[in-house]
Amino acid sequence: MTTTLRRAGDWGPAAAVFVLGIVAWEAGTRLYIEEFLLPPLSSILETLRDDWGTIWSAGIFTFKEALGGFAIGSSAAVLMALALARWRPLGRAFMPYAIAANAIPIIAFAPITNNWFGILSPASKMAIAAVLVFFPVLVNTLRGLTSVRPAQIELMRSYAAGELEIFRRVRLPNALPYLFSGLKVATVLAMIGAIVGDYFGGSQDALGILIRRSAGIFDFKLAWAAIVVASILGMLFYAAVATIERLTMRWHPSARAD
Amino acid sequence: MNADAAVVSLKGVRKEFDRGGVVALQDIDLDVQAGEFVSLIGPSGCGKSTLLRIVGDLIRPTAGDVVVNGKPAHQARLDRDYGIVFQDAVLFDWRTVEKNIGLPLELTGWSRQRRADRVHELIELVELSGFERNHPWQLSGGMQQRVAIARALSFEPALLLMDEPFGALDEMTRERMNLELLRIWDQTRSTVIFVTHSIAEAVFLSTRVVVMSPRPGRITGVVDVDLPQPRGVETREQPRFAELVRDVRRTLRRGGGFEADEAGEDELIVAEEGL
Repeated sequence: MTTTLRRAGDWGPAAAVFVLGIVAWEAGTRLYIEEFLLPPLSSILETLRDDWGTIWSAGIFTFKEALGGFAIGSSAAVLMALALARWRPLGRAFMPYAIAANAIPIIAFAPITNNWFGILSPASKMAIAAVLVFFPVLVNTLRGLTSVRPAQIELMRSYAAGELEIFRRVRLPNALPYLFSGLKVATVLAMIGAIVGDYFGGSQDALGILIRRSAGIFDFKLAWAAIVVASILGMLFYAAVATIERLTMRWHPSARAD
Repeated sequence: MNADAAVVSLKGVRKEFDRGGVVALQDIDLDVQAGEFVSLIGPSGCGKSTLLRIVGDLIRPTAGDVVVNGKPAHQARLDRDYGIVFQDAVLFDWRTVEKNIGLPLELTGWSRQRRADRVHELIELVELSGFERNHPWQLSGGMQQRVAIARALSFEPALLLMDEPFGALDEMTRERMNLELLRIWDQTRSTVIFVTHSIAEAVFLSTRVVVMSPRPGRITGVVDVDLPQPRGVETREQPRFAELVRDVRRTLRRGGGFEADEAGEDELIVAEEGL
């Protein structure tokens, strides 16, 4: 009973903000704000209900683009990180560029990847998502692989363990928390990449196209409904990776809550 | 002394670190016999931890001979002739207590069943029954260090190297761990080289205390500790204990010019000489 109450106490403030936000949105849009600036939440939800089939299939289409880019970009990044950690001179040669590339607004390349991979092909959106995902995952994973405490290496050497043994038993598990924080950022970036990629043209089924087209014809309720779906998919994507993280790293101090 | 029985034999060991040609150790000659418990004591910078790592072949000496178990230190490391414990327990967060202890056995290729039996024995030895499945962050500092000791003993090495293993623990836990270490040493009869900067700890544990001085790191004296075995809580109250603590402190002062307070706490003040 007391724990239930304490739970309520923990969640209470956040729940209150949520309810207040919705009330303010609904009231504000009905009383003061023009519909083309921000439609009332209730009318967005109505649109969502009425056009669910179209919006959801567009959402899934774009989500697949994001997922493809995520898979390609993060696996390439992990392989690269493994190689750079294994052969240090290689790492020293490449890392400054990887870190610099992290600062490039890669999204600016979106119109160009459309040229490279074909405007209608999901591959062009996957490409931009993959490039967006690549650097944060690379930098994080590499940091995890190389930030092993020197005493852990000394200990392994005292057991006559070779480089490969140290890699497998120390560097890889040590890198897991870093890898997952990279992957969580990557889920968000992949969704952004896919949707922005859509904005520059592509299949009629895509979420980005739906948002751009409906906003273009002043159907803001539909645009907002599509944004809601994009948000839901983005959150589910993030939550899925976070769940895998928790399951993989039950040993981690951050898992102590359960 | 019979040189054949020496588990560790150091002759003319010298270590210079590349930068600025700092001489960390010079003219180190030391034999450690089987079954001895030898402490290396000295102020920071006297090279005691470096010396321990040279014995373990984790650092190469610039010059000199290091023989462990009758072979070059490098070969001894490859043969897993010693176990090592650091100041920080150096446990792997992703492994449970039993898996941390069993790690060296995994590397040695022991079967799962044999490993489980051995780990079970060790957990009883270090009195951690009930914590087998816990992760390191769920343990106190003292318990973590017991896991590290069990791990170092897992493959029954002839030699145990300990680098200030209890340096990070509070005084009460440290004294309890000292007693436990003596009990374990008594049961396993391994040879121990123990680095510390606590005079009381060195005298209480050791059969011999090797006193070192900094700039350059060298051995300035050896105090034989003739306190009766087995030792216990009352050992610290014997007049002989106080005498030996005083002997070690005088040797320290003569060699390097620093002081330590009565409790044997590590308040080592470097005198004008180096400034």
